[in-house]
Amino acid sequence: MALEKITRIAGRAVHIPGNDIDTDRIIPARFMKCVTFDGLGEYLFYDMRRNADGSEKPHPLNDPAHKGAAILLSGVNFGCGSSREHAPQALQKHGIRAVIAEGFAEIFLGNSTTLGMPCVSASRGDIERIAAAVKADPATEVVIDVANQTVSFAGQTIAVSVRDSARDALVNGRWDPIGELIEGAGNAAKVASQLRYMSA
Amino acid sequence: MPKTLFEKVWEAHAVRTLASGQTQLLIGTHLIHEVTSPQAFGMMRDLGLKVAMAHRTFATVDHIVPTDQVSEPYADPLADAMIKELRRSCREFGITFFDRSTGKQGIVHIVGPEQGITQPGTTIACGDSHTSTHGAFGAIAFGIGTTQIRDVLATQTMALGKLKVRRIEVNGRLSPGVYAKDVILHIICTLGVNGGTGYAYEYAGDVFDRFSMEERMTVCNMSIEGGARVGYVNPDETTFAYLKGRPYSPKGAEWDAAVARWRAVASDTGCAYDDVVRIDAADIAPTVTWGINPGQGLPITGTVPDPARAKTPDEKASIEEALAYMKLRPGAPIKGTRIDVAFLGSCTNGRLSDFQEVARFIKGRRVAPGVKAIAVPGSQAVGLLCAELGIDKVFRDAGFEWRSAGCSMCLAMNPDKLVGDQLCASSSNRNFKGRQGSPTGRTILMSPIMVAAAAVTGSVADAREVFGVSAN
Repeated sequence: MALEKITRIAGRAVHIPGNDIDTDRIIPARFMKCVTFDGLGEYLFYDMRRNADGSEKPHPLNDPAHKGAAILLSGVNFGCGSSREHAPQALQKHGIRAVIAEGFAEIFLGNSTTLGMPCVSASRGDIERIAAAVKADPATEVVIDVANQTVSFAGQTIAVSVRDSARDALVNGRWDPIGELIEGAGNAAKVASQLRYMSA
Repeated sequence: MPKTLFEKVWEAHAVRTLASGQTQLLIGTHLIHEVTSPQAFGMMRDLGLKVAMAHRTFATVDHIVPTDQVSEPYADPLADAMIKELRRSCREFGITFFDRSTGKQGIVHIVGPEQGITQPGTTIACGDSHTSTHGAFGAIAFGIGTTQIRDVLATQTMALGKLKVRRIEVNGRLSPGVYAKDVILHIICTLGVNGGTGYAYEYAGDVFDRFSMEERMTVCNMSIEGGARVGYVNPDETTFAYLKGRPYSPKGAEWDAAVARWRAVASDTGCAYDDVVRIDAADIAPTVTWGINPGQGLPITGTVPDPARAKTPDEKASIEEALAYMKLRPGAPIKGTRIDVAFLGSCTNGRLSDFQEVARFIKGRRVAPGVKAIAVPGSQAVGLLCAELGIDKVFRDAGFEWRSAGCSMCLAMNPDKLVGDQLCASSSNRNFKGRQGSPTGRTILMSPIMVAAAAVTGSVADAREVFGVSAN
């Protein structure tokens, strides 16, 4: 199964400011009652975006100016908390193709990479600069060069970072590791045979 | 060269290095539940994959099982469908399923240890971030996403980057009224909710040496709340005594061989750590949260932070956001905050010793008028032991609702939920916005004994005062 080489992501951006945005906020637990991920996009940040009666609250994702944004901007420790893959799935199903933040929680970063959604780390100042450009003109095209670890927008280019292993997997089209893991099955069986507790 | 337990377990399970530089790591034990696995089984079917080592995966239901209804079909058709889906998948792929009919069902992180499946020197993965709980036994246990569940089902391996190791020593003696929950809340408040990103935490020192397995599990459980994907305690006599005679523990001559292996897997004297943090047990007070993440906590004698006194603009913004959500006043004592609900249970504090300890104090006391108090044993086995010891009766007599096993109001995927902006004194692990089922519901995390004190007084209280706990 050949995977897409994810080297460049271009699109409009939406800024959801704040630190420690947890996966319960990204997708509340009650929407995890599903046996497929298909419908999750609709519930992204649900309780931040909607009142109890379903009416919309002011939120960047409800702003028509940011409709169709492909890149999400945020703060420190994005995606902390629960290991639910429903969080990156909801982002992706909603149309988000990359997240630029000051930092990511470990499990979220792994889950996102496996879905081919880059987690890009940038400094506070640089994220604020992108956010300012997007605020001034929501149509600003933001371009992430995954291989070279840069982000370009409104005539500026900044240096960012993508974890080495994730970058390699993304740009070489091996972000879903299942093929490689299956190739290693023979080795795995050998290692397992040396571990007493794994015997049948 | 002396090595940490983490390095030894990693090396024993490393299959090979992948092109990305990550390691293909063998996962010895895979635990699954009804919420994060159905999609993985769907992926398996779509790709035509078979389960590689079905005897190393164990399933149970915990996240959405109702705790007030035992017979199926459950009132919530979605929950009913998910549980039936897991049952079907386990049958199709030949996986052991601790269903409710077996008497072994419960929260996955409570079932693994009590069945003796969780063992030292092993690797464990589960689609739940609190999988770090199993580290209490000297296992390396990872919370994983659903695609990784597919990977483990299909290959019994997954792709992972190696973590650094931070040793956290807590030395000295805990004061009376201070529990394992206070230790981990204190650690998270000290190191931050993302202080552990990229690390495995090795917990050690006098306090951990003396802790029971259940106390060690409480601490390891919340490692992820401090950003650490893995937390562990080196195995010792306490570990071996706990495991002896459990259903899946080695037997006879196998037992002695296993203990020898387990002893050898502990971190070596003189091994190098990427970081070491030392905490004085005497500095740890009964700790409660005031905010919307587990790092926003303070001693029960403390006052709610004032954004005006914040040291950075970030800190100011986060205090303001938390106080607006929690409806707390800056500078007010946290003690005395009125509560609506008291929840005792979860993978953090839903074990026998949690209920036993609380029962000692609530005997003869009553839940305050207007407070809804629920006690949810973490497993059917815990519920049964509580019944044998008369603990369930103590709780019922005090005015608690005594439920059947599940995750319940920790994440409120079942009918146990907060309503509106109710405030809950909770023995669970997360106080995120909306965590307990109402988008405006509020959570204050604390130890079981502090939940009991809040339940009987109707407000956040110092259990040492309420129950007359003092140095004996």
